[in-house]
Amino acid sequence: MRARAHIVAESDGRGGTRLAVLHGESPLLLRRTGRRGDGRPIVHLVGGAAGPLRGDDLRLDIEVGPGAWLEMLSVAASLALPGRPAPASRLTVTATVAAGATLRWLPEPLIAAAGCDHVAITRVAVEAGGSLLWRDDLVCGRHGEEPGDVRADALISYAGTTLYRHELTVGPRAPGWDGAAVLGGGQAVGTLVAAGSDLPAPGIAGPNAAVMPLAGPGILATAVGSDIREVCRALDPLCRSPLIPVPG
Amino acid sequence: MSLATLLLLADGRLPSGGHAHSGGLEAQVAAGRVKEISGLDGFLRGKLATGGLVSAAFAAAACADVTRFSELDLGLDARTPSPGLRRASRAQGRALLRAGRAMWTLPAAVGREPHQPVALGALAAAAGLSPVEVAVAAAHGSITGPASAAVRLLGLDPYAVHALLARLAPECDRVAAVAAERSGDPVDELPAAGAPLLDIGAEHHATWEVRLFAS
Repeated sequence: MRARAHIVAESDGRGGTRLAVLHGESPLLLRRTGRRGDGRPIVHLVGGAAGPLRGDDLRLDIEVGPGAWLEMLSVAASLALPGRPAPASRLTVTATVAAGATLRWLPEPLIAAAGCDHVAITRVAVEAGGSLLWRDDLVCGRHGEEPGDVRADALISYAGTTLYRHELTVGPRAPGWDGAAVLGGGQAVGTLVAAGSDLPAPGIAGPNAAVMPLAGPGILATAVGSDIREVCRALDPLCRSPLIPVPG
Repeated sequence: MSLATLLLLADGRLPSGGHAHSGGLEAQVAAGRVKEISGLDGFLRGKLATGGLVSAAFAAAACADVTRFSELDLGLDARTPSPGLRRASRAQGRALLRAGRAMWTLPAAVGREPHQPVALGALAAAAGLSPVEVAVAAAHGSITGPASAAVRLLGLDPYAVHALLARLAPECDRVAAVAAERSGDPVDELPAAGAPLLDIGAEHHATWEVRLFAS
């Protein structure tokens, strides 16, 4: 299955944001949610089909224009499944965040089911003066299940310079992924990158978590857990950070 | 190429301060994730596939083109989210340059305190080694440091630890070959394999008052 979804959020000129483009295709369907009229749109990703399955090639492009504000959520975890013999499934998410704009990407986790073969590519460019909160959680296998292969490949740049470049590979083809250097038997891992000027304070966010100032203007919070609840305990409070405005 | 020169660069006795670092092992030992040889096996395999691959690729890239030091250094900053690990890498880079300056004539562009893989690549270029050779040294160094730290931290049998390193040698060669093959890629496309527990462990480790290793 091939699908592309596209969102363009623009300033409405009255201090709010309007969605100039909101286009989805199954299985990447988009629904505007949240309160109307406060000028701070929330868009939910709604899975329109099972998967991603091997052979799927999905793409989501997000543009947040100067002064605009957008929050992206999803209604449920996505489940990478094996499907038929085919090349790896691929989800590419790109985002651009202009000066004075805010993008909050806080979807539910990706679950790597046994036998899956999935590649998640993230490419985000934040202009100087933009704000970003970018969360990605991964659960390695359903309950009591060994995961399939997943590679998450992220590049986030700020003001034209690469701020964060990271790949995480789990599954039977990744040597040592469950060893004590990578996930140490933890079944869930979450990362939260914040870029811009208003950042959560660095520190220790739990026994298996840390909030780390990056070399550039941003932070990475990482948490590893035996299940996703441990990851959420460490990272959810940072997503509610009052430093990055929440609607309402 | 000179095999003896490569052995000098890869030798744990090179006075570059490597013995002061456990490659992230001390934090994982304290967390109870590495207790014996099988735990060390998992740690080293993950370390080699992540930090080992990244170090090997950046060392090979620095060796292949001495005009890329600065962009490679920034590329390592973007791949090293933990400030503790950035400090440890630069401290080891600086110590390596000191040893290297005594041995060869280093390119001036390498600066004073580059990340360790950039420094290693600069030494290799000055010594006339090839990108794949320095990639082997980098991959090898990424696991031999923590392996010898494991003997001190856990009192493991040194023969069993070296048997493990011998089993990992072919994987080291494979990682180095991949790293050298990709070393001409643009910085953003170079390997970026990360290891979340190494980042988290380094931040916890940096807060300890008493520790055996600097990182």
